[in-house]
Amino acid sequence: MVQVTFLLNGDPVRLENTSPTQTLLDWLRESRNLKGTKEGCNEGDCGACTIMVSDARGSRAVNACILLLPQIHGKAVRTVEGMSGPAGQMHPVQDAMVDHHASQCGFCTPGFVVSTAVAHKNGQRDFDDQLAGNLCRCTGYAPIIRAAEAAADAPVPDWMQDDLAKLDAIDGTDPNVAMPTTSDELAAWYAKNPDATLIGGATDVGLWVTKRLQSLEKVAFLVGVEDLKDIKVTDSEIRVGAGVTINDFRAAIASYHPDLAEMLRRFGSVQVRNAGTIGGNIANGSPIGDSPPALITLGARLHLRKGDARRDILLEDYFIDYGKQDRTPGEFVEAVTIPRQIDRLKCYKLAKRFDQDISAVLGCFSIRLNSGVVEEVRIAFGGMAGIPKRATAVEAALLGQPWDRQTIDRAMEKFADDFAPMTDMRASADYRLLAAKNMLLRYYLEDQGVQTRVLEVSP
Amino acid sequence: MSVAKSLPHDAAPLHVTGQARYVDDIPVPANCLHLAFGLSTIAHGDITGLDLTAVRAAPGVVAVLAADDLPFENDVSPAANDEPMLATGRVHYVGQPVFLVIAKTHLAARKAARLAKIEYNEKPAILTIDQAIAANSRFEDGPVIWSKGDAGDAIGGATRTLRGAIEMGGQEHFYLESQAALALPQEDGDMLVHSSTQHPTEIQHKVAHALGVAMNAVRVEIRRMGGGFGGKESQGNALAVACAVGARETGCPCKMRYDRDDDMIITGKRHDFRIEYHVGFDDEGRIEGVEFTQYARCGWALDLSIPVADRAMLHADNAYFLPAARIESHRLKTNTQSATAYRGFGGPQGIVGIERVVDHIAHDLGRDPLDVRRVNYYREAQDDVSDASGGSIVNKEKPDAGQQTTPYHMPVEDFVLNGISAALVETSHYHARRAAIADWNAGSEILKKGIALTPVKFGISFTLTHLNQAGALVHVYQDGSIHLNHGGTEMGQGLFQKVAQVAATSFGVDVGLVKITATDTAKVPNTSATAASSGSDLNGMAVKAACDTIRGRMAEFLRAHFSTEKVIFANGQVQVADMTISFSQAAKLAYENRISLSATGFYKTPKIEWDRAAGRGRPFLYFSYGAAVTECVIDTLTGENRILRVDILHDAGTSLNPILDIGQVEGAYVQGAGWLTTEELVWDDRGNLRTHAPSTYKIPACSDRPDIFNVALWGAKNREDTIYRSKAVGEPPFVLGTSAFMALSDAIGACGTAYPELNAPATAETVLAAVNRVRA
Repeated sequence: MVQVTFLLNGDPVRLENTSPTQTLLDWLRESRNLKGTKEGCNEGDCGACTIMVSDARGSRAVNACILLLPQIHGKAVRTVEGMSGPAGQMHPVQDAMVDHHASQCGFCTPGFVVSTAVAHKNGQRDFDDQLAGNLCRCTGYAPIIRAAEAAADAPVPDWMQDDLAKLDAIDGTDPNVAMPTTSDELAAWYAKNPDATLIGGATDVGLWVTKRLQSLEKVAFLVGVEDLKDIKVTDSEIRVGAGVTINDFRAAIASYHPDLAEMLRRFGSVQVRNAGTIGGNIANGSPIGDSPPALITLGARLHLRKGDARRDILLEDYFIDYGKQDRTPGEFVEAVTIPRQIDRLKCYKLAKRFDQDISAVLGCFSIRLNSGVVEEVRIAFGGMAGIPKRATAVEAALLGQPWDRQTIDRAMEKFADDFAPMTDMRASADYRLLAAKNMLLRYYLEDQGVQTRVLEVSP
Repeated sequence: MSVAKSLPHDAAPLHVTGQARYVDDIPVPANCLHLAFGLSTIAHGDITGLDLTAVRAAPGVVAVLAADDLPFENDVSPAANDEPMLATGRVHYVGQPVFLVIAKTHLAARKAARLAKIEYNEKPAILTIDQAIAANSRFEDGPVIWSKGDAGDAIGGATRTLRGAIEMGGQEHFYLESQAALALPQEDGDMLVHSSTQHPTEIQHKVAHALGVAMNAVRVEIRRMGGGFGGKESQGNALAVACAVGARETGCPCKMRYDRDDDMIITGKRHDFRIEYHVGFDDEGRIEGVEFTQYARCGWALDLSIPVADRAMLHADNAYFLPAARIESHRLKTNTQSATAYRGFGGPQGIVGIERVVDHIAHDLGRDPLDVRRVNYYREAQDDVSDASGGSIVNKEKPDAGQQTTPYHMPVEDFVLNGISAALVETSHYHARRAAIADWNAGSEILKKGIALTPVKFGISFTLTHLNQAGALVHVYQDGSIHLNHGGTEMGQGLFQKVAQVAATSFGVDVGLVKITATDTAKVPNTSATAASSGSDLNGMAVKAACDTIRGRMAEFLRAHFSTEKVIFANGQVQVADMTISFSQAAKLAYENRISLSATGFYKTPKIEWDRAAGRGRPFLYFSYGAAVTECVIDTLTGENRILRVDILHDAGTSLNPILDIGQVEGAYVQGAGWLTTEELVWDDRGNLRTHAPSTYKIPACSDRPDIFNVALWGAKNREDTIYRSKAVGEPPFVLGTSAFMALSDAIGACGTAYPELNAPATAETVLAAVNRVRA
């Protein structure tokens, strides 16, 4: 059991004895009788449960269905009920949604209201991206976007600001639930409790709770570990702390590797990227996590820590086999570093849907030329094997060769040496292999100035 | 007049503030119990052992029921009595409910439901259309065949012929609110059921049978659904019955809502189809005869598959005059979820079949598919056309003035697609853009664009004639406020708002005086499902009848009371001779003079008659029309594709509420395009649905809507005497998504010389395969 305190729609809440795996959504609906926040999918994919979380780092939209109560400790939460003012005044976004006929069945609407109101508060107007994590089955989205645009210039209502000073400190600990505030504290606890589950954003672990119906006995919540959230840029490297959210990483990397940022734009959704961390995306070892192939292609190194012992490995060496990583019990990912380099990175994310979809294939390429000859090449793929994996045979076929179509054609033949992908509900093996090959061709053609991206075509 | 005004959805302020109440939001007594089904893990076999010990012992479990524990009827089918709520010895698909857990919390019920030990004697499962054909696994004795003329002769005598086939996947409804029900036991064995259903009367009927009581002991109420789309026409029966039985067994209120994955695994979806065609045509592309063989994968139980498959046959012509046609329909039985109603109800599948034929003909002739479409259009109705287009348009391609009939021998009297297409070609700059796209494609090595205009003609009425009836109950209180009730259900489509506008118009008052109330089987009995796009047609008329009755009584009284002939209800007031009183004063006066201010209303659709066995008659009162132009772009390296621009002109008659109708059209288009592009249902070879959550099943997201999305209403009044001459709008625009599919086919066609033969859904993978086919 765990104790948490937070602001809920402006008022302090203190929970003395709650299960660490209780989701915020269930608590809101079942214990607080706040029924405005809806359960649409219970896995963070539809956004009907979107709520606003604020802290010193600002306000962001998060899915309440896979948000565990300890994750909001010390923060302010606003639900759709808290978007309206204390006297029942409508938020400008709510007014606009009515005026523009943006609700039909209304079930997704609270989530859209919150996502849009958070974007409004943050001055973000890229509504297609801000709302990519909210599904609507009725409207076709057009009136929702019209409403979001209509409200964009209205001032942010003062009730949207939360005063965290209203919160009392709380302590009291459960030996099985750690809520460390420093990485040293985490390291010490985890070394003693190596069988525990570490929870960053809970965008994966949350589903163990809501879908696999697991009860996690021993857990550590990393959300309070501020020193894991640093991004440090030096002349030689970019060091990204494991606790950096995908959205913060995306913002930080955009000027160095814009195509990685563009790929991350399509990683999960705003809500997922606001919760999920770079460390979590790497550590859980998924073959279809989107950040590892890109980071491997950039030659990233992984920093692991157990107790006071630290070691660095090449990120690509971390992934040993499906479900098997080079991480010992009690050891955790502390950071990942990316060597500074001339940007030649392209990331091709292929999925059934552009936004908020798990990649069928993710191909990442960085190929440097010297006088028309391939001087350095790194290529890594997700979705093509049991792990994120480099295309070593393809790389070998390119290295030292003239940068021309013949070389590309020859290298394309080598994909079958590197990969024997699987068939699943996302794509067939044949398609994966063909698309992977064609991604190399796309990289080459893009380099020649040929337009190859449907997302860049206007009507 | 309140009708024809673009007023907001009545519940919009409640939606945006989170106050709109859905079934799972209704406050429940503290002793409320929660239910979950335990599911079959195999596709076909006999249960040889059902050990529920661990389920019963799980924390929070109050009771566990299997088929033998049910007190009365164990059936949740809409009609055929072939769908036990809990499996009786044999299971027929992965996900079929086998037992019912009643527990203290939703989570406890879900957890316990996974603890059963079920032993099976597994049998071979029939999963695919091919397997069903090979095993002759079907409903009904053989295929249904309807024909007009001798299609074989016509094809044999034609200058040109083509054969082909198209596969169309099914579609998950993905209503945002999953299925839910709540049963509250009342005194004397009565039951109050809140159900997220499009069909409260059927819930009432099924619950009554399950409890062994008469229908008058069961009351079903539904204020709103969080989306339905056909998925709550019959699929809510199991939950409502389970809750009612649970409530009877325990004496406690019982609630059940499916977790999203359970919802997708248990409930039926749109039927997937294969349609084979053989067509004869002339050098202009004019169809002389066509033969279709439609295969519908219906799943394990009948559900609504017969009328769905019938409607697919009834839309095999879409907008095209077929001089001779033969349509053969196979309703295949498979060990998968029982496919059910989904927006369009088979119509879209039938229409995609003929649209494929027309597209194929155009490719064969090297003509613009639009030209082939227009050459085959039915002849335009000769009146009312000038209402919207400003000039009479006659189909000059078809000089013979004889009456044109559908393949089911119904005269097409109200055709407006020549006019709609001409106007849309103009406003969308179709020809200029087609030329510009050809230029663009010539200069683009990897990316190719495509464009297509596709029409829809959609038949309006339930094909089961007796369903075309509706009732309403209206009260005027002595303060002049109005209480409105009818048999239709609100699932987001704005039915309640439209019907409230009808009521307000009848009384000449502001719509704010009309209180819209939850659908309730105790207020209006014997209702039909809110389905077949019929909601406002049927219920609007019934409400108008009720309102007109009350207004008539008030007027009669006022005429007598004030000795005048002049009584006019308008602008919230009643003009009586030279005096004006408020509507509320009139109501008060009527009440004090003992005038009844409550009335029922009733409506039944006129003119329709349908001989299903013969495939002949007039199943529809009228047709709704529309057309869409879609432009898209594809990537020939990966097959990735995107809709760039859409222009739609849609016929809603004289709209009851234009902005709500436009909302229906926009939403339907995106949903229809989703069906044909990204929404892919995948079952593995053991019958497990692999796409059972939004992580794997991809409905359109925000950025998938067209960059440019122009939607306008045609505006001509309905020729038939419908409610204020409006037209049904729920399903017809869904079919407009076909233009996205045909635009993709057009873009793929630009990659080579062969015909793309694109199947649906046109995922990136499917598109890339077609690109490589046309290049080969």
